[in-house]
Amino acid sequence: MSFERAGFLVAAVMALGALALPLGGGTDLAAHPALLAAISLAAVACVGAAMLPHGAALLGLIGAALCCKVTLVLLADPGVEGHAGAGFWSLVLAAWLAAALAVTRMTTLRPRRKALRRLNDAAIPLLFGAFVIYLWEAAVRGFGVPSVLTPAPSATAARFAASLPVLGEDFVQTFVRGVLSGYAIGCGAGFLVAVVAHRFDFLARGVLPLGNFVSALPIVGIAPIMVMWFGFDWPSKTAVVAVVTFFPMLVNALAGFSAAGAMERDLMRSYAAGPAQTLIKLHLPAALPFVFNALKINSTLALIGAIVAEFFGTPTLGIGFRISTEVGRMALDMVWAEIALSAIAGMAFYGAVALAERATTFWHPSLRSSLG
Amino acid sequence: MTNSAITADRPRGAPFRLRQAIARRVPVAVVVAAIIVVWYAAALLMNAALVRDAFEREETTYTVSELVAGTLNAERPLVAAPHQVIAEFADLVFGYPPDSPRSLVYHGAITLAATCLGFALGAAFGILLAVLIVHVRTLEKSLLPWIICSQMVPILAVAPIVIVVLGAIGLRGLVPKSIISAYLCFFPVAIGMVKGLSSPDPIERDLMRTWSATRAQVFWKLRCPSSVPFLFASLKVAISISLIGAIVGELPTGAQAGLGARLLAGTYYGQTLQIWAALLAAAIMAATLVGIVGAAERWTLRRMGARP
Repeated sequence: MSFERAGFLVAAVMALGALALPLGGGTDLAAHPALLAAISLAAVACVGAAMLPHGAALLGLIGAALCCKVTLVLLADPGVEGHAGAGFWSLVLAAWLAAALAVTRMTTLRPRRKALRRLNDAAIPLLFGAFVIYLWEAAVRGFGVPSVLTPAPSATAARFAASLPVLGEDFVQTFVRGVLSGYAIGCGAGFLVAVVAHRFDFLARGVLPLGNFVSALPIVGIAPIMVMWFGFDWPSKTAVVAVVTFFPMLVNALAGFSAAGAMERDLMRSYAAGPAQTLIKLHLPAALPFVFNALKINSTLALIGAIVAEFFGTPTLGIGFRISTEVGRMALDMVWAEIALSAIAGMAFYGAVALAERATTFWHPSLRSSLG
Repeated sequence: MTNSAITADRPRGAPFRLRQAIARRVPVAVVVAAIIVVWYAAALLMNAALVRDAFEREETTYTVSELVAGTLNAERPLVAAPHQVIAEFADLVFGYPPDSPRSLVYHGAITLAATCLGFALGAAFGILLAVLIVHVRTLEKSLLPWIICSQMVPILAVAPIVIVVLGAIGLRGLVPKSIISAYLCFFPVAIGMVKGLSSPDPIERDLMRTWSATRAQVFWKLRCPSSVPFLFASLKVAISISLIGAIVGELPTGAQAGLGARLLAGTYYGQTLQIWAALLAAAIMAATLVGIVGAAERWTLRRMGARP
């Protein structure tokens, strides 16, 4: 791993380079003994990571974190913000190099304890995401990008915290009233139609090609019609979400119902099981992976559908409404706060569906391997 | 084995296949007919109140047949009857020269351009990401979860920002819309291609190793060919999504042109039929695009030696 060792040494040199190169805005490190100490410590950690392969991941992360901290403290200095010099960027690059090498190291780790392994697997994407946000912050504030173009993540976070009541109202309007109710109606209806179509083969052969066809159409386009039918408030959003989520569920559930093999069906027949029993004991469990696939697809489609519908008319509430008005006022930090809100809501939604899948289809091969 | 040899194996010839094709189409036709009947019934019921009000405002007496005729031919109906939609569509497509801003062909072409550019960008980006992810283990572990998260961010929320930021650096019109549609459609391509590029069995990769094949050789001679079926499956999803992206991307621009703009304008001015006609155009476009990708798939797979 000489490549990795050289990388850590370069990171250490770059961190120390900040001591020699100008930081920008006439700021002098000699005035900040704490920062001097932190930079030296970061360099020591990087050298240590290069020397001790066993602790490389941990020491590299410590070095990267120290560099990040120093740059963030420096950004608070008005002389540095917007006029960052070579020394500042040298520190950022050192942090990036050390973090990248440390995370690469982490992907090769296979801790023997299962809990540790899971922690390691979860930490890798989180560190990656945190670092992307850090780079964004450093770039926006270091180069002094005007907030009309992109606000710094810290500004977005501050705005998020400051306008929690507004965000809460928008969340309830768009997500709880529009998305969740429409999602339940659309998925439920799609599933029921699939059950009926499964019972009558003629219907299934008629509905399946149509469902496949309609799934490829831009159905969100019906939003203006739904707004006309159901008014500006949340029922029209519910209707759009219901229609958008109906077809993926129908198609997937139908595919799932035919997933049970001929042998299993014959077995049910030899048990003299009726249609209802066969459905509940054989076809429903066999269809679950497909149903969950549709539920996952729908969790994204539903949010898109609700926000699109808000573009065609809404009361003065809702994520989509807020975004379009705040963009008009060039308040991009509020827009990003709304984006963060919808991203968090979407991820939580998807995560909930994935958890439910794990709890109910634990027997499926695709999940069994990850649990074992 | 050639094609003729395969068909010769089958005892039953063309009449059987014809009968099979008919048997496949009948259920679809029945369901479509049922939908049209329900549609007309809905048009009757939902427009009835509207038409009755109109008659009563003019204080004219009306018969049932007049009422029915009124509901099916209302100028601004709640539910447009299918024949009205088709008539409006035909009028907008054939009734104006293709470069007139009233023509659907003009708006369709603008959306089509954004769709195709977005599809090309998104597919290229998705393939690139998949190649990187398959070869760099760190990226697989760190980037893949974020790719999935990226789709949890509703695109329409990001669209205004994309338009503002790109507008600030002088990009307007086609490019921002294409980038929005690329953002939507890179995802299925990336996921499908990661699956496809890692689909060769370990035994096949081991064989390549025993031949001391380089990474590039393994990629071009093993991974690429075995990923092609996955590629086309995801491209079919991607092209329909990129059309959605192009239409959605036209909404926050307040665009003057494009199918999305037609939807928006139709809402503002209460032109119901215009909305339905734009939807029909979008549906036809989606079906055609998916059909083209499907044809490309069949052609490529045949060239690669897949049996029908």
